[in-house]
Amino acid sequence: MSVAVTAGDEALTEAARRIAAEFAAPNADDVDRNARFPREAVEAMREAGVLSSLVPTALGGGGASVAAAAEACFELGRSCGASAMVLAMHQIQIGCMVNHLDGSAWFEDYLREVVAEQRLVASITSEVGTGGDLGKSVAAVSEPADGQASFEKQAPTVSYGEYADAFLTTVRRAPDADGGDQVLVLTKREQMEMEPQGTWDPLGMRGTCSPGFVARASFPTEQILSTPFAQISNESMTPLSHVLWSHVWLGIATDAFDRARAFVRAAAKRKPGEPLPAAIRLSELMSELSLLRAEVSLALEEYGTLISSDRAKLSEMATILRFNNLKIAASEQAPVVCQGAMAVGGIVAYKNDTPFSVGRHLRDSMSACLMVANERIHKTDASLLLIAKEV
Amino acid sequence: MKDQIRQVIREHAHLSVDVETLGDDADLYQAGMTSHASVNVMIALEDTFDVEFLDSMLKRSVFESIDSIAGALQEVGVPA
Ligand SMILES: Cc1cc2nc3c(=O)[nH]c(=O)nc-3n(C[C@H](O)[C@H](O)[C@H](O)COP(=O)(O)OP(=O)(O)OC[C@H]3O[C@@H](n4cnc5c(N)ncnc54)[C@H](O)[C@@H]3O)c2cc1C
Repeated sequence: MSVAVTAGDEALTEAARRIAAEFAAPNADDVDRNARFPREAVEAMREAGVLSSLVPTALGGGGASVAAAAEACFELGRSCGASAMVLAMHQIQIGCMVNHLDGSAWFEDYLREVVAEQRLVASITSEVGTGGDLGKSVAAVSEPADGQASFEKQAPTVSYGEYADAFLTTVRRAPDADGGDQVLVLTKREQMEMEPQGTWDPLGMRGTCSPGFVARASFPTEQILSTPFAQISNESMTPLSHVLWSHVWLGIATDAFDRARAFVRAAAKRKPGEPLPAAIRLSELMSELSLLRAEVSLALEEYGTLISSDRAKLSEMATILRFNNLKIAASEQAPVVCQGAMAVGGIVAYKNDTPFSVGRHLRDSMSACLMVANERIHKTDASLLLIAKEV
Repeated sequence: MKDQIRQVIREHAHLSVDVETLGDDADLYQAGMTSHASVNVMIALEDTFDVEFLDSMLKRSVFESIDSIAGALQEVGVPA
């Protein structure tokens, strides 16, 4: 992943804008109402090569930067939060493989396959028993025999688990390894048995289709990334997740703000020259949105620079603190903006079937604080703050 | 210095094994030290040796083994 603007960047942002307008926006309400997969938007991403946009050009991919990937999440988030979140999660998995394949021929071939076949990759990190603690696993890679290994993991939430072509899963390195001694394994659907558990009828982010599964996989050991997960987590998975998720949330909040603005303009047109209390509230709301945007942009800039030129710094506690704080701050601020937009529009914003409706935005944005519980992150940060210096 | 490091680890790292069974180059995280415990180790080291680690040193890899901790302490001026 690079920082300079490339042809891949322009292609990605152009495709994201087009897909948002033509496929994500028109289906957003139906996806939400029926908690169904946003297949039109994801199909369009496949056709436009968006699913391999982060794969380096040397492997045939788009070679896009994190900045362009974030912009794409933002643009889609303005149209359909669930479609944007699916793209964000896929890009996180690809980013982890690209950054940490460490010369592995198997992973290089797999990324070529992502390019050729536009594979969609999902994530299995959370686990029954450890909850949102990414840094601990119960499931373990079995003792390899003839280069083959296996695992079984109880996954409480797997977004697009039914639709993904492959899965990147955290597991303990070996049956006797400590809970924190983890690796990441990429397994293809045909190497797995995904046994569905429970239903998916949540408050928001309904189109991510994220029920539980028991994931069982059997695979050659070369499908295990050699870099320890702790390092992948610090350098890629955690900061990249926080950067891309927060762009999705910023997109959702921005659309809520735009709907509030459209409401105020419509009111101003109806009664030109008359005082408009809603206009003042809209101006106040702009400050809230700006705070969110500032936090999100600053973090993107820092991550883009560090991942390409100072990777070791991503493992420093002070840096970890900043990217954790991005997640907490953005996940709390996005619903504030959506709720503010509802206050501006009043009943027409509260109703689900007007051009000014923001119910979906509010519900989608409320998933942010529990996508890895903020309390959990606060606990980590409280500990890091005892020792880090310049945060 | 390494004896004092071992003492700090014994008290704060909450390893799943006795620190005396580990070599100076053994991976403390693999021996059960959690991220949370590692922060307590860092604080205790700053206290014991009366030093402050720089932000650039405050990362997982630097506190991975007794050897790497000794290296970090030397870097902030503790005589070997
Ligand atoms: C829309 C959506 C999509 C998702 N997609 C995926 C996916 O594709 N793959 C995947 O692996 N996961 C996914 N997740 C799971 C998610 O990332 C979290 O891991 C999961 O929500 C955590 O489960 P939990 O809410 O039970 O939280 P837990 O972390 O188990 O916490 C439960 C409760 O305990 C509290 N708590 C926990 N730890 C502490 C602490 N240290 N101090 C104080 N309070 C604490 C929390 O605040 C919370 O109230 C998704 C979640 C959402 C909302």
